[in-house]
Amino acid sequence: MDALDGNAIAGTLVEAFGSEMTTAVATCATCGASRYLAEYVVYLGGPGVVVRCRDCQAVAMVLVEVAGRICVDAMGLFAIHRDSP
Amino acid sequence: MVDLVAETPRVRSIVLDPLDWSGHQSGQHVDVRLTAEDGYQAQRSYSIASEPEDQQLTLTVERLDDGEVSPYLVDELRIGDQVELRGPIGGYFVWDSAMEGPIQLVAGGSGVVPLRSMVRHHEAIGSTTPIRLLYSARSLPDLIYRDEIMRLAARDGIDVSVTLTREQPEGWHGYGRRIDQSLLDDVSWSPSDRPLVYICGPNGFVEAAASSLVALGHQADRIRTERFGPSGS
Amino acid sequence: MTVSRGFRGRRQVDADPARVPPGQYVTRGFPVLSAGPTPSARLPEWTFTIRGQIDQPVSWTWDELRALPSETVTVDIHCVTKWSKLDTSWTGVSLDTLLDGVQTSAEYVYVFCDGGYTTNLPLEDITGGKAWIAYEYEGAPLEPEHGGPARLLVPHLYFWKSAKWVRGIELRNDDEPGFWERYGYHNYGDPWKEQRYAGD
Repeated sequence: MDALDGNAIAGTLVEAFGSEMTTAVATCATCGASRYLAEYVVYLGGPGVVVRCRDCQAVAMVLVEVAGRICVDAMGLFAIHRDSP
Repeated sequence: MVDLVAETPRVRSIVLDPLDWSGHQSGQHVDVRLTAEDGYQAQRSYSIASEPEDQQLTLTVERLDDGEVSPYLVDELRIGDQVELRGPIGGYFVWDSAMEGPIQLVAGGSGVVPLRSMVRHHEAIGSTTPIRLLYSARSLPDLIYRDEIMRLAARDGIDVSVTLTREQPEGWHGYGRRIDQSLLDDVSWSPSDRPLVYICGPNGFVEAAASSLVALGHQADRIRTERFGPSGS
Repeated sequence: MTVSRGFRGRRQVDADPARVPPGQYVTRGFPVLSAGPTPSARLPEWTFTIRGQIDQPVSWTWDELRALPSETVTVDIHCVTKWSKLDTSWTGVSLDTLLDGVQTSAEYVYVFCDGGYTTNLPLEDITGGKAWIAYEYEGAPLEPEHGGPARLLVPHLYFWKSAKWVRGIELRNDDEPGFWERYGYHNYGDPWKEQRYAGD
């Protein structure tokens, strides 16, 4: 029901990637749109975190916490890069 | 935890003396983790309400009806209690004086919290960057930081507009409806001013504000958004 | 780690422990957890389909599904995110009714839904009175945020298998992992054996 955005998982992304990621620019592998990860659509609370492209709704990333470690599947992203705005 | 301030019937500010705190930028948040005696844990994110210049850290929390963490923080927490948090977190929804342009802040309900940090930081550093704040709340009793907002409205260099969407008191001179394109057109910087826009609040509010501003001609890449909402589990 | 004085969370602590699988907490609420936006179904176009290892696919419209014999069951549900909810009441059509007369060599089902969600189970886990296509919760039409108009209900497995917004099942000889199974969750998901993740 309540879709949040990448800001809501900023802490989880630091755990997963080792650094601040909401300002990283991610390109959707399905539609090619590029946005800050902060602007992706985030669905929380289920068995994992589902991050979807704001433009086409395709699954961009899925984060699952298993045995205290965060596993990231980013197959829905063509690229993630740290860009200066 | 050193002080508790009741902001509205459902909202409380929690003032903390943080240990090992390296400071923050206005707009950032912390993750608060609660642990029950049997080890059960729950975690939620809360925006930092205080400015970086403040030695103490203030979080402002709204009690969600079926919340897991917020009812504890708003109703149970007592002075002297300890709160475990990690942070500061976030690099996208931040403002500091190096950023150019007049600032447009758009707050929906508890979305005002990170924007309050920005406004206080702006004041603390004596910034001359002009700011406009549009704050949408359900009613006057639901207006968080009411006295502070009124004081701000009287200050030079900051324009404050308030809209009360459900109930307005007698003699109310502000707006009385949900934000829409025409309201934003009235109160916000024009696109030619190239403002840096920060919108924070529930998902629907942010969507409406952002799309209205874009429709008015504002550039999407000058608009920063942060959506609040319940976290589910 | 700091213990938060007096914190309990939303848990209900007086539940019969024999009904609570390992690692679970009982809740009174009904959290809305989702992998994507809530689809909006148009009932005149809604169908439930059984396809795959079957001579001819078979389909029911919404009206046809509602005309089938239904049951109201009270079951406990267990979500892999650790919350359990006891004595929940659902009304729907048993998969035994839908599969009645269906001849197949398939051993597995792949469940598909509006919004693209999928999950997989052995065929024997949805037969023998273990699964329903549920359209009412606590006596009222199932709300969209909880999977309405209809969801699969398979209470003996973790609740991610009870796919929301279900539109059909595909009978298969091979076991194709669904959405959460592909992202590391257990292929079967028995809460009593705490089969949360692949390899558990």
